[in-house]
Amino acid sequence: MENVYLTIVLAPLLGSIIAGFFGGRIGRAGAHWVTILGVGLSCLLSLYVVVGFVRGTLRVFDGPVYTWMVSGGIQFEIGFLVDKLTALMMAVVTFVSLMVHIYTIGYMADDEHNWPKESLAGKNGYQRFFSYISLFTFSMLMLVMSNNFLQLFFGWEAVGLVSYLLIGFWSVRESAIFANLKAFLVNRVGDFGFILGIAAVAMYFQSLDYREVFAAAPQLANVQIPIWGDTHWSLMTVICVLLFIGAMGKSAQVPLHVWLPDSMEGPTPISALIHAATMVTAGIFMVARMSPLYELSETALSFVMIIGATTAFFMGLIGLVQNDIKRVVAYSTLSQLGYMITALGASAYAAGIFHLMTHAFFKALLFLAAGSVIIAMHHDQDIRNMGGLRKYLPITWITFLLGSLALIGFPGFSGFFSKDAIIEAVHLSQVSGAGYASVLLTLGVFITALYSFRLYFLVFHGRERMDEHTRHHLHETPAVVWVPLALLAVPSVVIGWLTVEAVLFGDWFKDVIMVAPHHDVLAQMGAGYHGQVGFVLHGLMAPPFWLAMGGLALAWYIYMMKPVIAGYLMVRFGVLYRILDGKYGFDQLNMALFAGGSRGLGKLFWKTGDQKIIDGTLINGSAHGVGWIAERLRCIQTGYLYHYAIAMILGLVVLLTVFVTF
Amino acid sequence: MIELSDYLMLSGILFAISIAGIFINRKNLIVLLMCIELMLLAVNTNFIAFSHFLGDMAGQVFVFFILTVAAAEAAIGLAILVVLFRSRRTIDVEDLDALKG
Repeated sequence: MENVYLTIVLAPLLGSIIAGFFGGRIGRAGAHWVTILGVGLSCLLSLYVVVGFVRGTLRVFDGPVYTWMVSGGIQFEIGFLVDKLTALMMAVVTFVSLMVHIYTIGYMADDEHNWPKESLAGKNGYQRFFSYISLFTFSMLMLVMSNNFLQLFFGWEAVGLVSYLLIGFWSVRESAIFANLKAFLVNRVGDFGFILGIAAVAMYFQSLDYREVFAAAPQLANVQIPIWGDTHWSLMTVICVLLFIGAMGKSAQVPLHVWLPDSMEGPTPISALIHAATMVTAGIFMVARMSPLYELSETALSFVMIIGATTAFFMGLIGLVQNDIKRVVAYSTLSQLGYMITALGASAYAAGIFHLMTHAFFKALLFLAAGSVIIAMHHDQDIRNMGGLRKYLPITWITFLLGSLALIGFPGFSGFFSKDAIIEAVHLSQVSGAGYASVLLTLGVFITALYSFRLYFLVFHGRERMDEHTRHHLHETPAVVWVPLALLAVPSVVIGWLTVEAVLFGDWFKDVIMVAPHHDVLAQMGAGYHGQVGFVLHGLMAPPFWLAMGGLALAWYIYMMKPVIAGYLMVRFGVLYRILDGKYGFDQLNMALFAGGSRGLGKLFWKTGDQKIIDGTLINGSAHGVGWIAERLRCIQTGYLYHYAIAMILGLVVLLTVFVTF
Repeated sequence: MIELSDYLMLSGILFAISIAGIFINRKNLIVLLMCIELMLLAVNTNFIAFSHFLGDMAGQVFVFFILTVAAAEAAIGLAILVVLFRSRRTIDVEDLDALKG
């Protein structure tokens, strides 16, 4: 099986290299064929692996492939750990990636218009884009298939790098460059915590291998380590919180979420692939993978849960006031990531991963559908200029509707199962902070429905607000665009129904995710689980369903029946609106405090430290000192022979006197 | 009877004259050269006097060396003087201040 796993990882890399380095030679068709074949091969093999696990014909693979180095007794290896969690992630990543690859053919078809004529970066931009998204697939696969912390970190950084490259893909746009730098810097903050966490693991476990670390973890559960002076913290809490800070950066949790909405500056396919379906879920995957560590620290779980719930609710609220179609979906992504993180905090790792999977499908679908709308609208992303698109874009409309229903958790759709499971799990959780999280998540359902259907109604229904020229050119997007939408719509609808039993309550994650018995909320839920139908019927009676329907109805009433209400509310609750529109001031705070602060600090070092002290005093100062002394000394050098003679004779006299006297 | 001290006084006087010649004279470069020669002669006188009174021939051998060096020095010095005069049209010590800092 090792060869199969190697092929899964290396096929996209090969495609990426060919498209990236030989893009000019193989042309546009060559580039998209080679990358699609690479990712398609990965996808097929990943599905084969999943089927193997489902049938029970495959066993867990855990082994090194290559020893990178040995240092200080620690082996640094490249290795694969393929179990059911990995298999699920591989299938999701490669499938969504394949859909995005196909979709990109249509989306980037006339990318030349986005570049100035003389731009060199725009030359072969199409091939470059395919190379990047294939490279991303490779990085993400390395991340999820890793069997040690170092390779995890490699994948972690590699997806960050590709994300940086893709957000700034249109490198001639000021805003894109700002956004990719912001994403990179914010991720650095998270990654700093992450690498400290890995360092702590290496220091106390003397190994970076998952298996060894997890096996040794229970013995170190009660170890206290000195943090500062006499303050001692539990080792597990420190490691888990540090690793989670990494996850906060990558999975965009408050307060490190600021980069994700801005990353919408990149082309839509990567918003779907990276900033909704896969990369941002790396943090969730990582925490689930580290469940043997997180289970040992109640504090870390609490921390995780509170951060997640805060993100889930408050980021959803911002989604209500956004007017850019992609940004609404982006804030929705933040909110849904918050749901997943909260599930992890409640020790319902399986529910978190389950929501990750369903969300990957319907969020990729929503983003790609939004991209389809954007293509049709000639790259106008403002929903105030849309409306009534239903009859022009029938396939986009129906897939978007399905995606939205899945997102709000309409009974029977995939999102319903995963979101309901999370809310239920958090409700049952005994970890401190669970009460707070439970309330926020339940209210979040209402908000989710409200912003999703606000977007839906504003885009596809109501008055047609676009200008005459755009309306004239509106038509359904080509097949390369809508076929992926249709293919993604299928799992968005059915995947929850099909897999809920195995993933949440069955033994899919047995032996993979470790949950302490007193944390095991899913087992409690499993006791009352009687098939999908029972789950749906139970959901129909629970508050989240009614909240979702309420949000949907409210959105319909406000945006379809009485559009004036929206304007009225905006004025009536002006303060609230401004807070939401200002995104709680995180951006201003970051710009003023961190960006401004570091620029100020840099200026201080530059002007005072470098220019004044080092250049002025040390370097030029010493030269000036020499000059000044020489200026005084040259007066002695008269050039007259008799002065020199006197000096010699006086010197002789002095020396003689000294010798004779002493 | 002429004593050792008489010789030493003579050479001391010669030496003092030559020193005075070097820094009192500010005009003529030739006088300067002559003063240096005189200084060497004063030293030679010293050498011979000591050699005679101590009965050590080595002192007189040194005198020959010094005379040789002095002759060579005078030759080179005068040659430089001629070249200098050709290029600067002067041998005035006051004017030769090219080394001034």
